[in-house]
Amino acid sequence: MEWLERNVPKVVLAPSFVAILVFVYGFIAWTAWISFTRSRLMPRYELDGVTQYERLFAAPRWDVAMNNLFLFGGLFIVISMVIGLMLAIFLDQKIRAEGVLRTIYLYPMALSLIVTGTAWKWILNPGLGIQEAVRGWGFENFTFDWLIQPDMAIYTVVLAAVWQASGFVMALFLAGLRSVDSEIIRAAQVDGIPTHRIYSAIIIPTMAPIFLSAFIVLAHLAIKAFDLVIALTGGGPGYATDLPATYMYAMAFSRGDLGQAASSAMIMMMVIFAIVVPYLYSELRPRRDQ
Amino acid sequence: MNMKSVLAASTAVMLAGPALAEPTAEVLHWWTSGGEAKSVAVLQEQFAAEGGTWTDMPVAGGGGDAAMTALRARVLSGNAPTAVQLKGPAIQEWYEEVGLADIGPVAEENGWDDVLPAQIAEHMKCEGQWCAAPVNVHRVNWIWGNKQILDEHGIEMPTTWDEFNAAAEKLQTAGVTPLAHGGQNWQDATIFETVVLGLGGPEFYQQALVDLDPEALTSDTMKSVFDEMRVIRGYVDDNFSGRDWNLATAMVMNGEAAFQIMGDWAKGEFLAAGKEPGVDFVCAPTPGEGFLYNVDSFAFFELEGEDKQQGQALLANLIMGPDFQQTFNLNKGSIPARTDVALDGFDDCATQSNADMTADAEAGSLLPSYAHGMALRGAPAGAITDVVTAHFNSDMSSDDAVQQLSDAVANAM
Repeated sequence: MEWLERNVPKVVLAPSFVAILVFVYGFIAWTAWISFTRSRLMPRYELDGVTQYERLFAAPRWDVAMNNLFLFGGLFIVISMVIGLMLAIFLDQKIRAEGVLRTIYLYPMALSLIVTGTAWKWILNPGLGIQEAVRGWGFENFTFDWLIQPDMAIYTVVLAAVWQASGFVMALFLAGLRSVDSEIIRAAQVDGIPTHRIYSAIIIPTMAPIFLSAFIVLAHLAIKAFDLVIALTGGGPGYATDLPATYMYAMAFSRGDLGQAASSAMIMMMVIFAIVVPYLYSELRPRRDQ
Repeated sequence: MNMKSVLAASTAVMLAGPALAEPTAEVLHWWTSGGEAKSVAVLQEQFAAEGGTWTDMPVAGGGGDAAMTALRARVLSGNAPTAVQLKGPAIQEWYEEVGLADIGPVAEENGWDDVLPAQIAEHMKCEGQWCAAPVNVHRVNWIWGNKQILDEHGIEMPTTWDEFNAAAEKLQTAGVTPLAHGGQNWQDATIFETVVLGLGGPEFYQQALVDLDPEALTSDTMKSVFDEMRVIRGYVDDNFSGRDWNLATAMVMNGEAAFQIMGDWAKGEFLAAGKEPGVDFVCAPTPGEGFLYNVDSFAFFELEGEDKQQGQALLANLIMGPDFQQTFNLNKGSIPARTDVALDGFDDCATQSNADMTADAEAGSLLPSYAHGMALRGAPAGAITDVVTAHFNSDMSSDDAVQQLSDAVANAM
């Protein structure tokens, strides 16, 4: 009985621990192994050095995918945070109907990215959406055809992704703003410090952990972005809006090139590690003040 | 159901049980759209009529990508289906990976070698033994035209790419979109391969897109192919990006565009909309000689069990039966793979396709379509498509394009 009491947590945790060990870390190891083989249609297990990585880095399409990832990821994270923070600050002004507005801004997050992508595909389609509508109002020369411009199409993905995520970032920041000690703010107000200074010098700096969480959430959304691109541009025009995830999918499932897909998956994982490991390090290291 | 019939049914099952093993087949395919589902139902009925048990395993979506993923999972878990819709070099690829059943006895008994064009029969063999059965032949290099528009502007169906360009210029000046096109990469690839065939001829096509000869890939002919692709890009409306092929077909149907370059599945769209060949729309092979085929077929995995092996034999037999070949292809819009099937009831485009297939098979210009997975394995085919679609959707020069083409092919090997 005593043994049971002591070991209940371990017994309860064991199955999920084993499951994660096998189905997450086991499969990562499997993918790593496959990425060093010449697997095509089916996995093969004879090692063949770094051929797949050489092929990957020689492929112009992979270059496009990686460039798009950094361009899309950077813009998506920065713009979503800026818009999210602005919305949060405006909502924080003790306005009426705050609850309703908050819901309206947060709602896009409830939609599937496939829906977002499809809807924006119609809105941005030059023959159906904004361009056609504005031309219909009499501005014959109005042009907004980013969706079909290979150089600009990636920005439409940013646009749709920001639309989807900034409400969520706002919710995070709003919670952060509310958690700042109201005594300090009141003291500052008594001292006659203007509101914008209160935000920039007191509130926002104390919200640093929230910024970090928002950044981590947005960064991993960006790296695994897949459904939005598939629905919005299908990776096109050409392969101008390919991301690593769509590249990996094409190799694994359309082309029967498993080794190549595995190597691209490993690179994606390393990009995630590069972002998440410093975060984990800062979270997990023992705090000196405790 | 009352008690009596339940008893009767179970007695029947018990009586039938110990007799000869019944043929069974579990069939993995991706024919899930209207006309396709109807076509596969024909096979299913015939199979049942011969006393077989058919387990249907349709996997929708993605031009077979999803079905192939399902297949991989099944094979990896050691539970391969009896028959799978596979085509082109993928048949041989699967044969090398896991082995396919030998259906030679059925093929020899029914003289498949005599009724199939040699090139198509070759796709159905793995190391010389029969391992797959073809159900149809789609011709890929078709150009479809809106008859009314063409008549209005006094344009004949083009027989050379120069004529095509001239006709397109004329239409463009008159304010008509010359070419309906959907900007998905396989559609870019479809136009590309017809231009390779048209400008380079069958022999060049064979060297470049089947044998992947580096000299052919970087030749001046290939440069002129990319030049023509750049010209064709100018004939497409601004809004083509990401459009589905059937929407492009609808543009020709509704008079929004004059031509479309697409395989004969486009005909199904015309016919389904109640249009008549020769009256509302016209079909012609794309400029140049030759016939690019896309053959659907079923391959059979090596399996234990008398009932399954019998199922495979029965299925192979039915698939190549003249009866099925006729009904199926009337439904699907393609032509029978057998050359000896009566073409009663087939439309003019199909009849022409069939005559050309026989003629081109003799002339050696019956060639596998690369864009539809008949000429190359997945990796090199995909690498070529990447270059074609990147060129078509940017201002890449033809010199850069051929360089990228040969690099990409080398990288995919």
